[in-house]
Amino acid sequence: MAPHDLRRPFKRAAITDQQKRRELSLLRQAQNRREAQQQARCLASSILSLQSPVPESEPEQSDIELENASETEQESGALSKDLDVRRASKLRGPEARNWFARQLMLPEWMIDVPDRLSQDWYVFARPAGKRCFVVSSNGTTVSRQRNGSILHHFPSALPAGAKTRDGSGSAQSYCILDCIFHELDQTYYVIDIVCWNGYSLYDCTAEFRFYWLNSKLEESAYTGVMPYVKDGLLFYNKHAHYQTGNTPLVLVWKDEDCSQYVIDTDSKGEIPSQQQVVLELQDDRKLVTSDEPPVLFGCLDGDIIEKSGLHSGNLLRFAISDGGLSFVDGKLEKADLNYLGKANRARAFADTYSKVLFQFMVRHSPLKIDDLLASINSPDDQENNSSDIEMLLNAPSRVTTV
Amino acid sequence: MEVTQVLLNAQSIDGTVRKNAEESLKQFQEQNLPGFLLSLSGELANEEKPVETRKLAGLILKNALDAKEQPRKFELVQRWLSLDSNAKSQIKACLLKTLSSPVSDARSTASQVIAKVAGIELPQKQWPELIGSLLSNVHQLPAHAKQATLETLGYLCEEVSPDVIDQDQVNKILTAVVQGMSASERNTDVRLAATRALYNALGFAQANFSNDMERDYIMRVVCEATLSPEVRIRQAAFECLVSISSTYYEKLAPYIQDIFNITAKAVREDEEPVALQAIEFWSSICDEEIDILEEYGGDFTGDSDIPCFYFIKQALPALVPMLLEMLLKQEEDQDLDEGAWNIAMAGGTCLGLVARTVGDDIVPLVVPFIEENITKPDWRQREAATYAFGSILEGPSPEKLIPLVNAALTFMLSALNKDPNSHVKDTTAWTLGRIFEFLHGSAVDSPIFTQANCQQIVTVLLQSMKDTPNVAEKACGALYFLAQGYEEVGPSSPLTPFFQEIVQSLLTVTHREDAGESRLRTAAYETLNEVVRCSTDETAPLVLQLVPVIMMELHNTLEGQKLSSDEREKQSELQGLLCGCLQVIIQKLGSSEPTKYVFMRYADQIMGLFLRVFACRSATVHEEAMLAIGALAYATGPDFAKYMPEFYRYLEMGLQNFEEYQVCAVTVGVVGDISRALEEKIVPYCDGIMTQLLKNLSSNQLHRSVKPPIFSCFGDIALAVGEYFEKYLMWAMSALQRAAELSTHAAGDDELTEYRNSLRNGILEAYSGIFQGFKNSPKTHLLIPYAPHVLQFLDGIYVEKDMDDVVMKTAIGVLGDLADTLGSPAATLIQQSLSSKDFLNECLSSEDHMIKESAEWAKLAISRAISV
Repeated sequence: MAPHDLRRPFKRAAITDQQKRRELSLLRQAQNRREAQQQARCLASSILSLQSPVPESEPEQSDIELENASETEQESGALSKDLDVRRASKLRGPEARNWFARQLMLPEWMIDVPDRLSQDWYVFARPAGKRCFVVSSNGTTVSRQRNGSILHHFPSALPAGAKTRDGSGSAQSYCILDCIFHELDQTYYVIDIVCWNGYSLYDCTAEFRFYWLNSKLEESAYTGVMPYVKDGLLFYNKHAHYQTGNTPLVLVWKDEDCSQYVIDTDSKGEIPSQQQVVLELQDDRKLVTSDEPPVLFGCLDGDIIEKSGLHSGNLLRFAISDGGLSFVDGKLEKADLNYLGKANRARAFADTYSKVLFQFMVRHSPLKIDDLLASINSPDDQENNSSDIEMLLNAPSRVTTV
Repeated sequence: MEVTQVLLNAQSIDGTVRKNAEESLKQFQEQNLPGFLLSLSGELANEEKPVETRKLAGLILKNALDAKEQPRKFELVQRWLSLDSNAKSQIKACLLKTLSSPVSDARSTASQVIAKVAGIELPQKQWPELIGSLLSNVHQLPAHAKQATLETLGYLCEEVSPDVIDQDQVNKILTAVVQGMSASERNTDVRLAATRALYNALGFAQANFSNDMERDYIMRVVCEATLSPEVRIRQAAFECLVSISSTYYEKLAPYIQDIFNITAKAVREDEEPVALQAIEFWSSICDEEIDILEEYGGDFTGDSDIPCFYFIKQALPALVPMLLEMLLKQEEDQDLDEGAWNIAMAGGTCLGLVARTVGDDIVPLVVPFIEENITKPDWRQREAATYAFGSILEGPSPEKLIPLVNAALTFMLSALNKDPNSHVKDTTAWTLGRIFEFLHGSAVDSPIFTQANCQQIVTVLLQSMKDTPNVAEKACGALYFLAQGYEEVGPSSPLTPFFQEIVQSLLTVTHREDAGESRLRTAAYETLNEVVRCSTDETAPLVLQLVPVIMMELHNTLEGQKLSSDEREKQSELQGLLCGCLQVIIQKLGSSEPTKYVFMRYADQIMGLFLRVFACRSATVHEEAMLAIGALAYATGPDFAKYMPEFYRYLEMGLQNFEEYQVCAVTVGVVGDISRALEEKIVPYCDGIMTQLLKNLSSNQLHRSVKPPIFSCFGDIALAVGEYFEKYLMWAMSALQRAAELSTHAAGDDELTEYRNSLRNGILEAYSGIFQGFKNSPKTHLLIPYAPHVLQFLDGIYVEKDMDDVVMKTAIGVLGDLADTLGSPAATLIQQSLSSKDFLNECLSSEDHMIKESAEWAKLAISRAISV
């Protein structure tokens, strides 16, 4: 029974950095786990919320390719009706739009040719039209546009896409298709599948999702005749999962030959003399893109903010003046912006960096189809084992040549 | 066998002789355990034998009864219990007899062995006559035997838990001990043994401390013993007071004034070991009051177990001057001695605790002392004043402190670089660190670090990092807290202009020749870590530049050949710091897409380095490298698969490391990271990983804290591999069920409740991952048989009412996952469960956003399952 040690920590912090590292790791892991679970769950809850679309745009009966099923009267039980009310109360108007606006996988614009383009990427001609989700569940089908607002509301032949007379449609069955609505023939062209008949394809690679679509990059996509009006080419990286929001693993590319809309037009359908961009105004007057994290384009004069009654979060339209965009080490350094006014109210997001850059390149030194084809045929590409990620790394540095 | 000679040989200076002796003892033990133990106890009791062999015999006997490691201890206990009772009686008789030996070493050894035997037998209701016979000794025997008997009672109280001994015997033990302590006991050794015995017996005295008369008597005797002429008795008596202050805080009110007088006298006049205990008494009271005030927020509604008696607040006017006086008793070079502990240090530490206990009230009592001493020519006065200032920075309100800090800052900054005394500089740097730790950051309204002084502060701190190692280490610490204040600063940090200079200076410090002293190198890397963690996008390119620099440093540690064990330890420590730094950098850069992409250029090389760090050791895995790999896996995603063939064996090694359970726990976490990164690509490694994890769960050698994360890890794997988890389903589910049953056995202290909740959370995360993993597979029917159990488990948790918020959130989520995956086939079961009604409703109306979110999800999923 020796005397007991009574020393206390002296001039020492209570926690060591090593302990902090361990704890922060655990915190990160817990957060990653939560996100993984959330993602798994989210799929089903999105469907659930979809079952009772809120009529906010004229529910027009479109004559579309998906076979119409006959309408039946509301015959769901008291319980599901009860739920419908609850859901409706939960997701309404802007909130619903906001949520849906974040579910689509959005391509970046191709501002450089990825390596292994011919091995790792799929391509197809993008139909001209509105990008949207087509969702079938609980006996109805709804399409929602990129900004989340409802486009159409109709019965379809998709699983769970229409009321059946015997009520056999399973409530657990549903589909989510990533589509483009082609105005001319009132047809939804499916460009990706997120869920089919209750099976989630979120975490499948594009390779798997596109089992039905196996065209490699060849000229046919570019020159070939399609049953629809083309609007550029879409490139999908084989290994990419369906991920919501902007992704560099899906790329869009256009030129005059495969699209009518290469250079952005203004509201009157005319090409403005100077490139226009939409940027978001932040608290600190900074103007940023919708990328994650946002790319900084500049700061707005306090005077303008005050005079025009602008708030942070506003989407604002600018013209790129003669100073253009300047780059240092592949990073945007300066943009010569000229404030035009607030953006159209229907806009949900600011432009992405890749879009602005693509538009800038189109006006100054466009990426041509020959550049794309050259990369397919280049022999060293065949041996180049560099991963997709490294390929993406190279992108910013080549931008300097613009 | 002539055991005496063998025992003598076992202590020979000749290695061969010693080894042979040890070998024959081992053989003897293995071949005839009762005979072995008997001859050892005979040796110990035999007055004709040399003292060395008697002592060694007792020691071996003791080691045959107890071990540090739980499994070994359990084995020894079982072996003793199954021993022939005749042999045991003889051994015990020998031990008791030795207590009256004239040889003190023999007596003392016997006391310890008796306590070990008691520790095994008393809980089994065996050896009932032990305490009786010890107590009769106390009243009859000569002094030396009395001393040994009291010592035995003390050890016994240390070994045995209070509920094993009935109150009647407790009373008798305490009576004997307290009598032995009292002033009427003339023999110093007896009185000392009794005082030390009381220290251990205090835990048995709950009932006696509730009785006013008995408590008064015990307290009187303890206080009297603090005045004994024998210094060891005074020290032991103060140790008793310290123990009483935490065990019986709520009983102290009638005595506190007397105790203050006694401690004040001891602090000022007694020898240092006694004075230190006297200060410790007040530190311990502070600990108690801080706990009470924290737990109840100072707001007594009558439902608290123990009220705060505000002893410190009452003693303040006398206590603070006493402690300030102690601050002036510094020893030369105490900052250079890691083991130093003296009256100035104890006094300063206590002053800090007092500040945390009373808050603002301490400020007016300390400020005059600071003002009077801080400019004095004697370094002791300047150091004491600075230390006093640093001590009161935690506790009082910022409103009270910030004006003081603003008034003192310029002086402090100048002292840090210019004071001629190293102590003063050390304490000044520490005080600046405390200023940044407690009074700087987003939570504080008026900033200390401003546009006007930022340049000066940074310059002074960086300059100070060139000072002696102990001062430089404190300067690093100050910088650490300065950076920490900008943890959530947004896109732009006031430290940005200095980032490069700071990083450069820290790297320079790590290369100082003397960076091994005073933890300096560690402090520099840790500060670098914090600077990186709190950096913003503006400085991301500079953090990226740091990657190859740290990689090169790590590479350099791998170059050394044929290291001595000392060098190897240093190498491993440095690798730990560098891996830790890389981990922080990876986590930082991996958290935003643009930096992650650029960083990934280095991934192959970094992983190569980590693998080489692992290869430096043969049997164990480097914890820091493992942590860093977890961060790397998260950043890398599915591409991490390319590292798996080489990395896998280290992963397995980490999972097998039961001894260093932290390493095992960290590795389990990394398995989770890898599962999320690789998803289905982890399948080839699943057999090995799952087998090892299941083994770990069934092992009683593995620290229990690792088990909940293992369950969570099941969930991670299941979510990653989906229906492929089928082959492990049966095993995993039965392990989960067993654990679920364990986790619902109620009762226990707070610590146990906390553990049960972490176990529940692990189990629930496993269920969640498994259900979600199987969703949309054609094999969901495989889970249906487990549904009743899972629902019962959820209901059970709900009914027991002791879950924390995390468990509540996870549990209600599992309900949703079950409904989501199983759908209509489970509808009836779900509707019958309590969870789907009361539990769900409670969660739906929860204030906690996360619980509510999970509950909303569960409600939707259930509605869907039952609406079909």
